[in-house]
Amino acid sequence: MPRWGMVIDLDKCTACQACVVACQEENNVPFIEEGEFRRRRDISWMKIVRETEGHFPSVKMRFIPRPCMQCDNPPCTRVCPVHATYLNPEGIVAQVYARCIGCRFCVAGCPYTVKYFNWFDYHARMPEGLRRAANPDVSIRPRGVVEKCVFCHHRLIKARDKAAVENRELRSEDYVPACVEICPARAMYFGDLNDPESTVANLAESPRAFRLLEELGTKPKVIYLEEQ
Amino acid sequence: MAKIDWRTEDDAVLLAPIFETGKGFYITVAVLGAFVIWGIVSYLIQYTSGLGVTGMNFPVSWGFYIVNFVFFIGISHAGTLISAILRLSQAEWRRPITRVAEVITVMVLGIGGMNILIDLGRPDRIPNLFFHGRYQSPLLWDATSITAYLTASTVYLFIPMIPDIALLRDRCAGGWRKALYQVLALGWEGTEAQYRVLNRAIAMMAVLVVPVAVSVHTVVSFVFSMTVQPMWHSTIFGPYFVVGAIFSGTAMLLLVMAILRKAMHLEDYLQPIHFSYLGLLMLVMVLLWGYFTFAEYLTTYYGNEPDEMRVFYAKFGGKYAPYFWAMVVLNFLIPLPILAFNRTRTIAGTVIASIAIVIGMWLERFIIIIPTLANPRLHQYPQGSYLPSIIEVGIMVGCIALFALLYVLFSKLFPVVSIEEVREGREKTVEIVEERLRRYTPGLGRLPSGGASSLAGEKR
Repeated sequence: MPRWGMVIDLDKCTACQACVVACQEENNVPFIEEGEFRRRRDISWMKIVRETEGHFPSVKMRFIPRPCMQCDNPPCTRVCPVHATYLNPEGIVAQVYARCIGCRFCVAGCPYTVKYFNWFDYHARMPEGLRRAANPDVSIRPRGVVEKCVFCHHRLIKARDKAAVENRELRSEDYVPACVEICPARAMYFGDLNDPESTVANLAESPRAFRLLEELGTKPKVIYLEEQ
Repeated sequence: MAKIDWRTEDDAVLLAPIFETGKGFYITVAVLGAFVIWGIVSYLIQYTSGLGVTGMNFPVSWGFYIVNFVFFIGISHAGTLISAILRLSQAEWRRPITRVAEVITVMVLGIGGMNILIDLGRPDRIPNLFFHGRYQSPLLWDATSITAYLTASTVYLFIPMIPDIALLRDRCAGGWRKALYQVLALGWEGTEAQYRVLNRAIAMMAVLVVPVAVSVHTVVSFVFSMTVQPMWHSTIFGPYFVVGAIFSGTAMLLLVMAILRKAMHLEDYLQPIHFSYLGLLMLVMVLLWGYFTFAEYLTTYYGNEPDEMRVFYAKFGGKYAPYFWAMVVLNFLIPLPILAFNRTRTIAGTVIASIAIVIGMWLERFIIIIPTLANPRLHQYPQGSYLPSIIEVGIMVGCIALFALLYVLFSKLFPVVSIEEVREGREKTVEIVEERLRRYTPGLGRLPSGGASSLAGEKR
């Protein structure tokens, strides 16, 4: 059984935001109007967060692309009262939009704050043209449910179907999330952490590797690389 | 049975609001009803357009509703618990207070639970809790505990009320009320066998509700402390919340007592001494609350964990400082001196302290929930902010009015002071207390006769 993981090389990342845009397009993440944005209700499954160190004039700034960490020990799934978010066997923290009751306990429980709530039916409020451009492979989230990055899970389903039609095993390179695919700096890697031969498994062992809030014991499967 | 004229009875003043309706009643119901309708309209707007009409956002994904949920559950806490503790400890002065307290619990507990449902993004999917319920979630622990407490509290309110309902049945001329009392009285005739069963049932329920009551607010705190969020993930939260709940509940009980005393002319029943005794209980809770708060914040400060300190400073000197320090003043600095001195622990004094505490404890719930959400662990985000919308305010006002309205309607149907318990006190207390004193005071000696039978009566 594969254990999907992502490696992001911060030394290569240029913070160009291509991953953010690709994710938004791929996953039908709604574009929200200005008023809602000002009320801080924008949804971004992939977000570039900034970190500033030091004070002027010796300021150091770094940019961290932040998808869902897909924890192996996720604090969010534990608190869900209806099994609407759970760790699937391949290590992806899944969201069941059709079952979520919208209590937002998982939003409050996630230490990485990667979970977003649909305060309104944002998709219905988008202009007609944008709505028609929706990716048919990804379900449109209704009002009142929680959503987040699921490692482009629909791409996994598609890749597996394709492999089945071609009567072969699923290869690791068949399945790549949109953000990793688009990264112009090739700063992102994706693959099976359980496969010792894979790039991600090797990079995860790198001395440059670290994980966000590692001390919480959440065991994230998004691994960052940075020269210390 | 022939109809008895209630006006000539000892406790006529307790029966008066049930058999006579003044203009004040209609005005009160109309005003409260209007506020309740405001709340209902607010909710309907939210139901049709979505939770977006509230002030909640990212990352402050919980707001007034969860604050009110914790607050109302806290208020509801004290009623049944205080009544049970006073019954179990055989405090004679409890007699006029027990029912006043129990009604608060039954009315407010449901309103507290309701706030969780109001907070749901998809109320239409509530059945999922039954079809796909997952007991690992503290939210379901809440649901279990609250329904258990609501059931136990309702039974505990109802059982001691049976003799009073029978009394009303015998004095009611007819109509739907007579039918209602007839059913609820369960054929009470006041025989010795019936009293024996009744007293046993009351004693058993009094023991049963205490652990359930403690569990309720403990699991309410678990909603927060089971997460790993800064200043929520604290082992002290269970007892801290229980103490806070009894604290705010006692304050609400004193307020309700003061209002009933004025509105229903219960000066003979709810005497200054009752306010003074409950004031002493509240004084203990002031000190306990202060101690818990001190322990909680000092531990955080000394540990100096960066994520926790961001929340800590947001409360102490940052955006939430006005609320935090208002809470300290209202919950500690104002009530402590008022309740500590006999001279100020009067009806007026305890009422002032209670108003301060009810507001202060609401602020405490706010100050526990919002700053943590506004300062998530990934500090690279901008700090969150939250301002409630008019919809949230409307629903909160509606909830408060609903509590008052339900209380008023209850007082129209049933006596808020237990006639049976007061009557029993009038007939037996002196004998019971004398017997008790003789039992444990060396050199007083036993009563010449009737000692054993009065001991049996003491079980109540």
